[in-house]
Amino acid sequence: MDVSLYKYLLMLGDNSMILGHRLSELCGHGPNLETDIALTNISLDLFGQVRSLFQYAAKVKGGSATEDTIAFSRTEREILNVILVEQPNEDFAHVVGRQYLYDIYHFLLLEALVGSKDETIAAIANKSLKEVKYHKRFSGEWLKRLAGGTDESQQRMQAAIDHMYPFLDELFHVTEVEEEMRAQGVGADLSVIKAECYAIIDDHFRIAGLQVPEHPPRVSKGKYGIHTEKMGFILSELQFMQRSYPNMQW
Amino acid sequence: MSTQDLEQRFQDRIDAGEKIEPKDWMPEKYRKTHIRQISQHAHSEIVGMLPEGNWITRTPTLRRKVGLLAKVQDEAGHGLYLYSAAETLGISRDEMTEQLLCGKAKYSSIFNYPTLSWADIGAIGWLVDGAAIINQVMLTRTSFGPYARAMVRICKEESFHQRQGYEIMLTLCRGTAEQKAMAQDALNRYWWPAMMMFGPRDEESPNTAQSVKWKIKRKTNDELRQQFVDITVPQAEFLGITVPDPEMKWNEDRGHYDFGAIDWDEFWQVVKGNGPCNKERIAARQKAWDDGKWVREAAMAYSQSQENKTQSKIA
Repeated sequence: MDVSLYKYLLMLGDNSMILGHRLSELCGHGPNLETDIALTNISLDLFGQVRSLFQYAAKVKGGSATEDTIAFSRTEREILNVILVEQPNEDFAHVVGRQYLYDIYHFLLLEALVGSKDETIAAIANKSLKEVKYHKRFSGEWLKRLAGGTDESQQRMQAAIDHMYPFLDELFHVTEVEEEMRAQGVGADLSVIKAECYAIIDDHFRIAGLQVPEHPPRVSKGKYGIHTEKMGFILSELQFMQRSYPNMQW
Repeated sequence: MSTQDLEQRFQDRIDAGEKIEPKDWMPEKYRKTHIRQISQHAHSEIVGMLPEGNWITRTPTLRRKVGLLAKVQDEAGHGLYLYSAAETLGISRDEMTEQLLCGKAKYSSIFNYPTLSWADIGAIGWLVDGAAIINQVMLTRTSFGPYARAMVRICKEESFHQRQGYEIMLTLCRGTAEQKAMAQDALNRYWWPAMMMFGPRDEESPNTAQSVKWKIKRKTNDELRQQFVDITVPQAEFLGITVPDPEMKWNEDRGHYDFGAIDWDEFWQVVKGNGPCNKERIAARQKAWDDGKWVREAAMAYSQSQENKTQSKIA
């Protein structure tokens, strides 16, 4: 099998899976019904993307692999999402901050992947792009709303950004797999996305009246399977059924 | 026109099968009954998100994840239409929420039972949504227009949920012995609470007569319960699992299934707030409400400031 392509698909899928999982924790607990529905929608879109990516990854891997063995049977060290997306739902401002930063990156990444030489990746990116355009609008509007709402919401939004922003850098750290995929014309060029992403975010922060955090990037190695202490808890829920009752049809 | 004449004309319209619309004259009791019933229905949708939501992070497959997320999201949508329908009668969503949180407004007791295994998600879809559909199909012809129309839309989605739940049960029953036991256990725990969803026996249901007269209800609790039993028992047989009622038997003369006595003591205990999860359900709604307060305030403040900006631009 093409190990690099397989791993690249895992990296794309794992980010959507873990962020989708975090959002799914909020279903039924949102600040109002409309927001609850919107967050669940985003989670649904992300899990839809996960299914497409993992179905393709299963094909690349071959054998008895399925979207579900890939999602639920890998160990923590084999899961390659960035640290940003596993950050907990501290409060609604943290949910918005995490989502906003990821959406800006995700949108640019997908725009680049639409031109991938791998037709399946290009097709998935094309479909996902429409969804993420909506995610970006939702999180961007809430970012402005909370930053420009009350004193409390302004403080909470700034605190959330202060927490999340130092994890953004990891998204642009180029692993060997990503470098190889870029060289083959399959993956995106993260250095191009990086400049654009920071420019957009800084601009939005300025308009919303948020300070760009001065905190240096946090050491983050999610792309190498080294996660936070929270990850084991995420996986113990996510993989509970498949671990407790393996090899069954559901 | 005297109140008596108005009431007579109102009743004539209902008898003629006309729909009552929010701006029409209606007796105060009709308005109050509808606010109570529609808000109770809306609260049931919202509280009903919690037991199923309990399994969203633990679904066995990605396909089931997407199915369950979409289902719980539909329930939030149903809550929205229903709150909107109740708002046409002159009460706000915030007021209704406060009534739920202080215990003044009720919601369906079934959601005070815990979801303890994945099979419970199947059982809820099959039994709870199945029972809800029987009630709701009747309500699509209820006399109050906005409620009837909301029900038409909701029923379509509910019947999809019911099939999805039954399909989960079928998959379990065709799976391993362990999976089938999981399905049987869920049926054992959810059967009687589902039977209780139709409410007290007719002779103990004081509101039924008035509700039938106003065409809010078109069938009594016991008629609906019998309908549920007659539909559901053959479905359990097809699954190869057993309804936990030794007295359940087809009665050739009646053309219906006979069934055993419901534990009404348990029913009233749960209604009064002493069920397995009453406290936890309300606590979860209270937490979402409290945690959301600053968000709602921020949204209000922001939209106000945007409006001021627009106005100062115009001026």
